Amino acid sequence: MLNNDQPDTIDIWSDQVFDALLAANIKHVVYVPDTGHSRLIERANAEPSIEATVLTTEEEGIGLLLGAWLGGERGVLLMQSSGVGNCINTLSLVQSARFPFLTLVTMRGEWAEFNGWQKPMASVTEQAFELMDVMVYRAEQTDEAAELVSAVADTVFNGDLAAAVLFSQRMIGRKEWAK
Amino acid sequence: MTSESTGTLDRRKVVPELLKDRGDLLVVTGLGSPAYDAMAAGDNDANYYLWGAMGSATTIGLGLALAQPERPVLVLTGDGEMLMGLGGLATTGAKQPRNLSIAVLDNERYGETGMQLTHTAHGVSLAELAQACKFDHTEVITEMDEIAPFRQQLQSTDAGLRFAQIKIKAENVEKVLPSRDGVHIKNRFRAHLGFQPL
Repeated sequence: MLNNDQPDTIDIWSDQVFDALLAANIKHVVYVPDTGHSRLIERANAEPSIEATVLTTEEEGIGLLLGAWLGGERGVLLMQSSGVGNCINTLSLVQSARFPFLTLVTMRGEWAEFNGWQKPMASVTEQAFELMDVMVYRAEQTDEAAELVSAVADTVFNGDLAAAVLFSQRMIGRKEWAK
Repeated sequence: MTSESTGTLDRRKVVPELLKDRGDLLVVTGLGSPAYDAMAAGDNDANYYLWGAMGSATTIGLGLALAQPERPVLVLTGDGEMLMGLGGLATTGAKQPRNLSIAVLDNERYGETGMQLTHTAHGVSLAELAQACKFDHTEVITEMDEIAPFRQQLQSTDAGLRFAQIKIKAENVEKVLPSRDGVHIKNRFRAHLGFQPL
């Protein structure tokens, strides 16, 4: 087993990211699950000040977050890289309605990937966001994740802007297929 | 392509009847004819009109309902728009906001693109889908006198999820266009709720 202590590592930086979201006054955490987001999803569902909503497909989260913003509240969309392609047309809301949009994306298909089917969307995740005027930031190290999320949340909510933070697959660790 | 839908109601009579005495009601419209219908019934700061992002009306209404639990919220959309976002019914049903209603103006057609048949023309039941997605109250409305009872429910913030599939005629009516400036409409809507632009 290569990553005996990996869950703890993920928990530590995920907790830091969650604290950064709370500090940014996030009220809605909407998500399509990914292993790398599992701690954040657990924390969101356990936190009384957060509305946590599971989605059937990622683009629903963009509509939901626009609705929440119309109602005066901030939110964040959690998804994995394969979901970004599902969002393209709905991201037109970001330009047409111009509302603050923050999404945190765990990468698949780029590091120690077992499943090659993850590669096609992973390889164009950044470009897909950029096509729709969503700024892209990337965390490579676990100890920079929370600070980056905090900084990007400031940029998004102070500037009425749209941004994605990508978490590198190396931060998540190897997925075990043989266990 | 058949020329007649099974619905007989006049959308320009249905929507004013739905929105009469609207009180605190917040309205999100799907793109196309439902937006024109809401505009024809009277522009309102508490209306949010979509011109794109087809399939998003329900999830926008859900986010709004969750953020504003003290206000009743209505999603007013068409059958084609609803069909593009069916997953949103499941997401809404899982969340169970008490203050949300969805009214689908069902002419069994994609009206904006040349009246092509939708799935409801082929017998797919949106009301039954909503019921399967844990909506508390679902109905198919075929008569004008059923609109007023549904309107009474719209005002509630604790009646649970409500869904009405309203069978209207397939016809082209005058396009009464709301503003296409999404930023203006957003800022106007938020100002109505007491939120200022950044």
